[in-house]
Amino acid sequence: MTTLPLEPLPPPLEQTTPSAEPRWRGLRSVNRSDRIYRRVLTALALVLPALLVVILAVLFINALPAIGRFGPAFLWSSTWDPVAEVYGTAPMLFGTLASSLLALLIAVPLSLGVAIFLTEFAPRWLRQPVAFLVELLAAIPSVVYGLWGVFVLIPFLRSFVVPPLKSVLGWTPFFQGVFYGNSLLAGGIILAIMIVPYIAAVSREVLLAVPTSQREAALAMGATRWEAVRSAVLPYGRAGLIGAIILGLGRALGETMAVTMVIGNRHDISVSVFQPAYTMAAAIANEFSEATTNMYLSALFEVGLLLFVLTVVVNAVARILIWRVARGAAVGSKAL
Amino acid sequence: MTARTVRRQLTSRVMTALVVLLSFIAVLALVLILADLIVKGASSIDWAFFTKSPVPAGEPGGGVANAIVGTGIIVGLAALIGVPVGVGAGIYLAEYGSGRLGFLVRFVADVLNGTPSIVIGIVAWTFLVRPAGRFSALAGSVALAILMIPMLSRTTEEMVRLVPHSLREAALALGYPRWRTSLKIVVRTAMTGIVTGCLVGIARVAGETAPLLFTALGNLNFSLNVTHPMQTLSLQIYVYATGPFDEWHRMAWASALVLMGLVLIISLVARWVTRQRYGSVR
Repeated sequence: MTTLPLEPLPPPLEQTTPSAEPRWRGLRSVNRSDRIYRRVLTALALVLPALLVVILAVLFINALPAIGRFGPAFLWSSTWDPVAEVYGTAPMLFGTLASSLLALLIAVPLSLGVAIFLTEFAPRWLRQPVAFLVELLAAIPSVVYGLWGVFVLIPFLRSFVVPPLKSVLGWTPFFQGVFYGNSLLAGGIILAIMIVPYIAAVSREVLLAVPTSQREAALAMGATRWEAVRSAVLPYGRAGLIGAIILGLGRALGETMAVTMVIGNRHDISVSVFQPAYTMAAAIANEFSEATTNMYLSALFEVGLLLFVLTVVVNAVARILIWRVARGAAVGSKAL
Repeated sequence: MTARTVRRQLTSRVMTALVVLLSFIAVLALVLILADLIVKGASSIDWAFFTKSPVPAGEPGGGVANAIVGTGIIVGLAALIGVPVGVGAGIYLAEYGSGRLGFLVRFVADVLNGTPSIVIGIVAWTFLVRPAGRFSALAGSVALAILMIPMLSRTTEEMVRLVPHSLREAALALGYPRWRTSLKIVVRTAMTGIVTGCLVGIARVAGETAPLLFTALGNLNFSLNVTHPMQTLSLQIYVYATGPFDEWHRMAWASALVLMGLVLIISLVARWVTRQRYGSVR
C-alpha cells in the first residue's frame, strides 16, 4: 500500500502591508524561464550599485596623483596656480558651501510656505494647479536659468536690490565692495529658485503623510488653523521636512551651469555677497578642457571626487530622514 | 472674545496670508522666467531658425538646425541605453525588491538621483573620450543615460506597485508562469505609467548641459556622426549666452525658448497621459 508522501508545510505567509510585500514568496520557482527572468532583472538592478562604485573608483584613481602630492592641505590651501602646479580648493569649497547656504536661506521659507499652503490652507481646486506650476520650475533646464540670470536677474539686482541693501546694511562685512554683477548673491538667488520645486515637492509629500487625525485632534482642542499646523502637523513631519531641506542642499551643491554663468568664477574667499566667488562644479566646467598637464587634470578629478562624496553623503542623510516619515516611498520622484 | 483669542485668531490669519504670499512668489518666479523667454525669444524664431545651421559670428541670419537634430540624436541614443536598464531595475524593485538587495538598490538610486551631472560627465569622458582621443556624441549619450537610470528605476517601481495584486493572482491561478504574469499582465497594466516616467526622464536630460561639455562638446556645423562632436540646444545656449555678441544673445534666447518648449511639451504630454490613465495621481 502506498501512502501519500507528506509534503512539508509551506512557511506561513507573512502578514504585512500588501504594497511592500514580495509578490512571489511562498511560491518557489520551478520554471526555468522564471529564473532567467529574475536573473535578467537582478542584473539590471545591479547596474545601479555598480555605477556608484565605478564613479567613485574612476574619480579616486584619477585623483590619486593630486592626493599624493598635496595631501589633506588640498582642502584648506587657497592657491590655485596651474603654472606653478600648486592646487588648493579652499575658495571653491567656501564658494560652494556659501552659495548653497545662501540659496537655502531664501528657498526654505519659500518652499515650506508652498508646501504648507498646498496641504493645509489652499482650497481643493487650487492645489493641483499650484503644485504643477511650482514643479514646472524643476523642468526648466539649468542653462536657461543661467541665461535668465545673466540677462534679467543681474541687471535687476544691480538697479533695484543692491543699492537699498548697501544703504541699509552696507556697514556689515556681508555687503561690502562694488557690485559688478557676477557674484555670490546672484548665484545664491538662482540656486534658490532652482531648488524650491524639490524642497516644496518633498515637503508636500511629507506633510500629506501626516495623519488627518493629528490635525483633527488639535482643532478639536480649540487650536486655530495655524496653531494646528505649528503644533500638530509640523512636529510630526519634522524629520521629513529636514530631509527635504537637506535634499535641496544636495541639489544646490552640485548644480553647475546656472551657477557657472552668474557666480563670477574667481578663486577668492570673500564674505561679501557682492563679490564674485567660485564653486567646485563651476571649476570643473570651466577648467577641465583647459587642463593641459596631468597634475592639473588630477586636481580637477579630486575636486570632482570631493563634490561627489559631499553630495552622496548629503543625499544619503536626506533620504534616511525622509524614509523615516514616508517609509520606502519614492518621495519626490514624481516632481517633474 | 478675550484679547488672547483675538490675538490667536490674528496670528492664524497673518500666517495664512504669509503662506499664500510665499506660494505666490514661487509661482511668480516661474511666470517671470517663462514670460522673459517668450518676450526675448519669440521674435527671433522664424523658418530659417529651424532649417539653417549657425553662421560665423557677426553675420546676420542662420539657425540652430544642427543643435535641434543633435539634441534629438543624443537624447534618443541616451534613451535607448538608459530606458531598458532603468525600467528593468524598476520592475526588479517592484517585483523582487523586498529583500536586502532591493533596499540597497533603492537607496543607491535615490542617492544617485542627486549626483552632480558634471561628475557623470567627467566619468564618461574617462571611459569614452580619453581612450578614443576625440569627443563624441555617443559619450554624451552615455552620460545622459547614466543620469536617467536612477530616475527611471524609481518611477517604474512606483507605477508597477500600483497594479492590484488580484490581477497577478488571477493570472497565476490560470496557470501563467510567473515571468509571463509579470511581463504580460503586471508590466503591461503599468505600461502607461512607465511610459510617462520615461518621458519625464527624457525631458529632464534633454535640458542637461554640464555632462555634455566634455563629451559631446558642441559643433557649429551640421553633423550626424555619433562618433564625432555634436551640438545640442543646451550647449548652443551656453556658448551664445556667454559670448560677446548681441546677435548671439538673441539666438540664445530663441534657442532657450525652443528647448523650454520641447521640455514642456514632453512633460505636459506625460502628465496628460497619466491623467487619462489614473485620474489625478496625488
